[in-house]
Amino acid sequence: MDYTLVVALEMIRAIAWLVLLASGLAIIFGMMRIINFAHGEFLMLGGYTVVISTNAGVNEWVSILILAPVVVGVFGIIVERLVIQRLYGRILDSLLATWGLSMLMMGGVTMIFGNTVQGVSTPFGGMKIGAYQVPVYNFVLIGFAVLVLVAIWCVLKFTKAGLIARATMQNADMAEALGIRTRWVYMTTFGIGSAITGLAGGLLAPVTGVVPTMGMNLVGQSFITVITGGASVIAGTLSSATLLGTISQGVTFLTGPVYGDAALLVTALVLLRLLPQGITGRIFKRSL
Amino acid sequence: MEKSVLRDPGFYVMVAIGLAAMLILPVVLDMFTIMQITQYVVLAVFALSLGYIWGFGGILSFGQAAFFGLGAYTFAVAAINIGETTIPLILAFAIPCLFGAALGYFIFYGRLSDVYLGVVTMVVTLLFWKLANHTAGPEYAIGAARLGGFNGIPSIPVMNIPGEPEAMLDPVQMFQVFMGFLIVVYIVLRLLIASDFGRVSIGIRENETRASLLGYDVRRHKLVVFAIGSGIAGLAGAMWATYQAFIDPNAFSMEMSAKALVWVMAGGVGTLVGPIIGVILLQWLTLKLGTMELLNSLAVLGAIMMVLVLALPKGIVPTLRKLIVDGWTLARRKKTGGKADE
Repeated sequence: MDYTLVVALEMIRAIAWLVLLASGLAIIFGMMRIINFAHGEFLMLGGYTVVISTNAGVNEWVSILILAPVVVGVFGIIVERLVIQRLYGRILDSLLATWGLSMLMMGGVTMIFGNTVQGVSTPFGGMKIGAYQVPVYNFVLIGFAVLVLVAIWCVLKFTKAGLIARATMQNADMAEALGIRTRWVYMTTFGIGSAITGLAGGLLAPVTGVVPTMGMNLVGQSFITVITGGASVIAGTLSSATLLGTISQGVTFLTGPVYGDAALLVTALVLLRLLPQGITGRIFKRSL
Repeated sequence: MEKSVLRDPGFYVMVAIGLAAMLILPVVLDMFTIMQITQYVVLAVFALSLGYIWGFGGILSFGQAAFFGLGAYTFAVAAINIGETTIPLILAFAIPCLFGAALGYFIFYGRLSDVYLGVVTMVVTLLFWKLANHTAGPEYAIGAARLGGFNGIPSIPVMNIPGEPEAMLDPVQMFQVFMGFLIVVYIVLRLLIASDFGRVSIGIRENETRASLLGYDVRRHKLVVFAIGSGIAGLAGAMWATYQAFIDPNAFSMEMSAKALVWVMAGGVGTLVGPIIGVILLQWLTLKLGTMELLNSLAVLGAIMMVLVLALPKGIVPTLRKLIVDGWTLARRKKTGGKADE
């Protein structure tokens, strides 16, 4: 009974993990149909922000919840102004450029901070479920995954900004014709997506520690979650994270983390063969 | 259709330059330099594989290193087990080719868009890299070859003359053989591009919908182009493995895929000479920058990639070609008083 509970909790944590990793990316993809190949390095930047500011004496929660999103969000807006906005309509070029950015950031951070793992302590310690020890921080991750999704949903559904964003997502030309500056919408979207990515990176930092190459271990899962989900931000991320998280965590329990990743990819490939537009290309079509 | 290639003087010039390099360089250069150049030759074959599928099939693969590494590992494992190198070389072409076909089935028959294709190929490469790093224990062995995890596979046999495992090639012969491979790959690709099949794949690159409305099976065409490119990348991987006598999971690294992209972008998409020139220029540049220890090579590669996309999206060869053609028309127009452009 306890074991089942622990396994179930691990599954939910895996799903929450994928939701956190992918939400920022999904917003940008849903809006602009481009994948930010430097996504892993945006996560890394969030992680480094938390580690550096915490070690400099800032409260850990302040650095995770405020500093990481702000730093990465501002960085995202700068990137959008300098690079992405020059490449609208040239989707493949924007992929190449963001990949270049990814390597530039990885190399740059290595030059500045060196290729060593740095970390902060994980808050809260552990709790007991029967004979098993479970980190309380897992519940924090799950809580924030829910919070992020609910926040995105509320903004898109109930605010004027959300209405404008949805209009642009549905038909950018028409939105433009009705007087919306779609370029501003794109810039803001990129900034918000980056900020959420920064938050995710900050939340992951206490668990994984930070290294310049940490992005490489995370991008695979993030990308696969987003493209399997399809263009709808919330329904897509949630459905694909649930499916892929369950399968990969199941395989991980049986064989180990590397094959968990392989299972994730194979599932995604088969799914994309059946549903080329992602899950929300066929099911939950009109949802957010 | 092949006639168009056989009538193109540029084609003969390129092949002649290649043959001249193959025969003359070993005479005029010392052994060390020849071994350095051999490296460029191997990477040029790798660059051609991406230059072909991207420039002439419109398939932008972010994971060409997956096939390069697969070819290298196939060659290493087979050569250690068999004890000679001819069959392993064939396998190093065939296995990546088949794997490319299998992956291509999911990508092209699912009609995935360009963005999805980029993501899937990239993730496959990442996965190979992770898996190869994971094979450290003694239980990960294929026959006599231990995969060795991140330490890689050492003492891979040097290439030998087909049928005579004892007759191994010395570095100069290896250079000449590899140069021969490069020339053959170049000729085959040129002929393939000029064939009916090649024309259709260029048509698909230009307008996929139109090509399919004209009755061509776009999915099958792209699959074949992708598989051929994968096979050539695998061949390059095998050459790399036997040249270094060593292979580690970095053959699967993102950096390797990125390098291939940068070479093709720098040289020019839609040419075959471009990727080769890209390799020579950028490897030389990396060598120069590598001696200054201040800069991280990954950061430099990333910066070059961004600059290329933003400032020189067409690449060196097409830009030069356009300059020359424009200059020539201008000169002619001056001579004839502005009436050359009829």
